[in-house]
Amino acid sequence: MPAVLIEDIHKSYGRLEVLKGVSLSVDAGQVVAIIGRSGSGKSTLLRCINGLETFQSGKIVVAGHDMTQDPRKLRELRKDVGIVFQSYNLFPHLTVGQNIMLSPRITKNVPQAQAMALAKEVLAQVGLSDKFDSYPDNLSGGQQQRVAIARSLAMQPKVMLFDEVTSALDPELTGEVLLVMEKLAKGGMTMLLVTHEMNFARTVADTTVFMHQGLIWESGPSKELFANPQTPELANFVKAGAH
Amino acid sequence: MQFDPVLAESDLILKGIWLTIVLSASAIVLGCTLAVLLVALRTLAGRWAGIVVDAYVELMRNTPFLIQLFMIFFGLPLLGIRMSGVEAALLTMTLNLGAYSTEIIRAGVESIHKSQFEAGVSLAMTRRQVFQYVVLQPAFARVWPALSSQFVLMMLASSICSFISVQELSGAAAIVEQRTFRSFETYIIVTVVYLVMALSLKVFLLWLGRKLFPQVSGLSRLDAKAEAA
Amino acid sequence: MQTFGWPEAMFIFRAAGWTLLLTAISFAIGSLIGGAFAIMRLSRIKLVRNFAAGYILVIQSIPVLMVLFMSYYGLSIIGIELPPFFAASASLAVYVSAYLAEIWRGSIESVPYQQWEASASLAHSPAQTYRYVILPQAIRISLPPTVGFLVQLVKNTSIVSVVGFVELSRAGQLVNNATFQAFQVFSLVAVIYFAICFPLSRLSRHLEKVMNASRSH
Repeated sequence: MPAVLIEDIHKSYGRLEVLKGVSLSVDAGQVVAIIGRSGSGKSTLLRCINGLETFQSGKIVVAGHDMTQDPRKLRELRKDVGIVFQSYNLFPHLTVGQNIMLSPRITKNVPQAQAMALAKEVLAQVGLSDKFDSYPDNLSGGQQQRVAIARSLAMQPKVMLFDEVTSALDPELTGEVLLVMEKLAKGGMTMLLVTHEMNFARTVADTTVFMHQGLIWESGPSKELFANPQTPELANFVKAGAH
Repeated sequence: MQFDPVLAESDLILKGIWLTIVLSASAIVLGCTLAVLLVALRTLAGRWAGIVVDAYVELMRNTPFLIQLFMIFFGLPLLGIRMSGVEAALLTMTLNLGAYSTEIIRAGVESIHKSQFEAGVSLAMTRRQVFQYVVLQPAFARVWPALSSQFVLMMLASSICSFISVQELSGAAAIVEQRTFRSFETYIIVTVVYLVMALSLKVFLLWLGRKLFPQVSGLSRLDAKAEAA
Repeated sequence: MQTFGWPEAMFIFRAAGWTLLLTAISFAIGSLIGGAFAIMRLSRIKLVRNFAAGYILVIQSIPVLMVLFMSYYGLSIIGIELPPFFAASASLAVYVSAYLAEIWRGSIESVPYQQWEASASLAHSPAQTYRYVILPQAIRISLPPTVGFLVQLVKNTSIVSVVGFVELSRAGQLVNNATFQAFQVFSLVAVIYFAICFPLSRLSRHLEKVMNASRSH
């Protein structure tokens, strides 16, 4: 049973079709990078996996949950699927610790002491133990993103989604975030990441998926895909992205 | 001008000041609570709840406070609900301030970027939980200046309660004027008192805002950051 | 005890007419005074600026009721006894002047500073800058809050009975005293106020939307 099963997803915004029949299967522990130009549909696809976007036809099954619009079932699904956003979206009125503890306490009724221990543990995992009582506003972008990762990890998800999580960061801050993601991957987390970091995709992701105009244009083992692009679109994309 | 006769009635004036403070403080607390409930209702319950809340807000904002006061003080007894002047004053002030606050807080809630909502639901929160834990406090912090202005306005509007013989500061002034026949002196003293009260309230609310919302600085960047990304 | 019938309703409607007239006159006079104070508020001369700021601050920090009393009793101390309508108009005009001065000052200050620079670079004098570049834009910016304030003014005419003038609210009180039909009487009064204020409120919101749309270019 794959961790994420996407079957023939079609999605349109009004008359504009952004996903034209996308299918993808991800096994537990697999790390999949999704690359492509803006407008190729990659973020939309990712956001379909935790229900932030709806789709008109097709099927998604993630962590054993069928994708649904039923609020209660969707919440159960979301407990098993974590997502990290490009703009971190930390809650500014709460400290780092409170940010992380909030959801386990109110959605899973985890008692305060346990939630605090859990928060400290995930914070240590991302290397920010000393920031427990800081407010997000006092952290750098890279630190905020790592807190965002910790906040999702505190829900103990089975699948983690990363939506261009380093795109909004200054170059010198991306490293610390990528390091955390690499650790997670090595630890066996099932991960799907939409990214522009080609190097990271090639070295850390097992599989890379290249999306173009709402379809999966090419997909395969990362190193192979980057070394031997089968289509001109991917070849051009890789060439343009090579620093 | 003779101020002495007026100052001799300072007892009455002090009682009036006290009643103004009590009425205003109570109306602020109750009105805000009402407003949060109404905004929650409007945000979370269905379309009809929203329409009812909007209708209430529009009604209170487009009719004078005096008429609302008359309606409650003179009208409710016809339904069998008797209330004293002070009770009617408090109820009217609460309902009026509640309506204005609902509008202000609602605008604050709607100004919170959608990405905060997405983060909340992605963490498996219900819409009510997102409203209560994620959106409400930042929204409140963001509109605190506008809310504070409204609170001061309501404190000043309490003067209208003198029309139904409530002896807050203006009501007390009317009695002092009757007793001393020194109209100008009475009202200039009372005007100065209102001025001091309004400015003090402003300063107090500013201080309170800083205490309640220490992270306000981060909030103004909330929209900009999300937009830039 | 009278019944609440047509004559009473007519009395209320006529009083509504006085409310509208009072609003119009105090708005007109208040605008002139307010405009003057707005300019003073922006003056280079510190004394003038502070005087205007003080005037505005004081009037905005006291109840409208007190503005009414201060104007009325203040005038009578220097020997001027105005008939009720003029007393009410004059007092309200003072109230209006402070709020409009603040709104208009804010509008002038919201005209982007680049406009001042561009105008000066085209060798316009300060007066020309104001007349051809700044004021037209400031006026557009000021429309939504000014119309919004007009709604406040209409509502605040409800208390001028303290200087002896019978407008819509006072008429309602009188009819209620005679008929004891509080619900009917004050419902009618409320409906009339609503009929005047609600369209103005909508207009203000509409103007704001139009303004934000054009601003975003």
